[in-house]
Amino acid sequence: MFVLVVGGGKVGYYLTRELVESGHEVVLMEKDRVRADQIADEVGSIVIPHDGCEGKYLSEAGCNRADIVAAVTGDDEDNLVICQMAKHHFDVPKTIARVNNPKNESLFKHLGVDEIISPTRMILGSIEQDIPVHELLHLAALGEGELELIEAHLQAGSPAVGKAPRDLAIPDGCSLFAVIRHGIATPLRPDMVLEEGDKVIAIGKTECETLLHEQLIGSSQTADA
Amino acid sequence: MKTVIVGCGRVGASIADAFDKAGHIVVVLDLQTRAFDRLPSSFKGEAVRGDGTDEDVLRRAGAEGADVFLALTEGDNRNVMAAQLAEEALDVKRVIAKINDPLRAQAYADLGIATLCRTGLMMDAVNVYLGMPASDLPGMLAPSGRHPGGEGHGPPDGPVESGTVGAGARPTRSPEA
Repeated sequence: MFVLVVGGGKVGYYLTRELVESGHEVVLMEKDRVRADQIADEVGSIVIPHDGCEGKYLSEAGCNRADIVAAVTGDDEDNLVICQMAKHHFDVPKTIARVNNPKNESLFKHLGVDEIISPTRMILGSIEQDIPVHELLHLAALGEGELELIEAHLQAGSPAVGKAPRDLAIPDGCSLFAVIRHGIATPLRPDMVLEEGDKVIAIGKTECETLLHEQLIGSSQTADA
Repeated sequence: MKTVIVGCGRVGASIADAFDKAGHIVVVLDLQTRAFDRLPSSFKGEAVRGDGTDEDVLRRAGAEGADVFLALTEGDNRNVMAAQLAEEALDVKRVIAKINDPLRAQAYADLGIATLCRTGLMMDAVNVYLGMPASDLPGMLAPSGRHPGGEGHGPPDGPVESGTVGAGARPTRSPEA
């Protein structure tokens, strides 16, 4: 597998090292010459000290025969351009972009980047999982980002406790499909009465979130500080 | 006509002023407030400090549904990203991005964005002045219809059809280092 890594920061450096160790052919592009030399001292002459956003240097790096291009610089716009150039100009089968602003994820996906990794989103997700706030928990974005997999943790004040799904006003385009009770996941039947402590798993359109929140968590903004 | 300009450098400020004088609605964005010093005191448009590659900032600046969007910062990639945001997320009708790397300019024209390449423009100007044959680096490229998202869409209404505007052929040479 020939992998072209663009950006020799911490991510690009460790990525290159790991890939080399697992026996892949790797070329790293880093535009800062001092940094590029530093890395080359360690990993050998697979570092190109040029800007990976420039078509000319991508071409020199052998982008046209790369199986994967990973754009992991610290700048979203650079990562976008690297992936688009790789995809559309050099016909690279798979492009991976690091995204810092989570809001750019859907744009990148729409513009043809194959895989998007957002450290910000990952850390955010991890924090949300650890804090038991009265909120809906976003587990994943589905499809083009218009659908979301959501978890709702039912607490004492929730309007859904003591009710069955068929008695709730679940918005159109949403479906409650499973409940996790005492660590066991079961499909949610329309007549199953929900209890405090249940975790309800739902899939729904992003815009239904407010209504879903009202039904499962409650509309009052009484989250503990 | 409502025009949004990202980047208030010499070119951005001059176009902002000219369009404003011609009676159009102009919004110009820059990361630095100082950049707005380039605008004359007579400028009646709006100057917004903010990042033109941030969708929220562009929306707040009223870029949604604008007629014209010009991405004219000093960073090729910032211009590319701002232009694609304008086209994909903000439904702007005509979008132009300044891309000084000729290869990238050609690639993004192929992807459906009108591109402006200073390298090509200046070579053309020099060649014309000296009476030399036109360079093979075009200064301005119209979108040639293919689209990053895959769905084909033609160039917007106007005099340009497709391919090169102005100087003859497409670049076949490598750009300057």
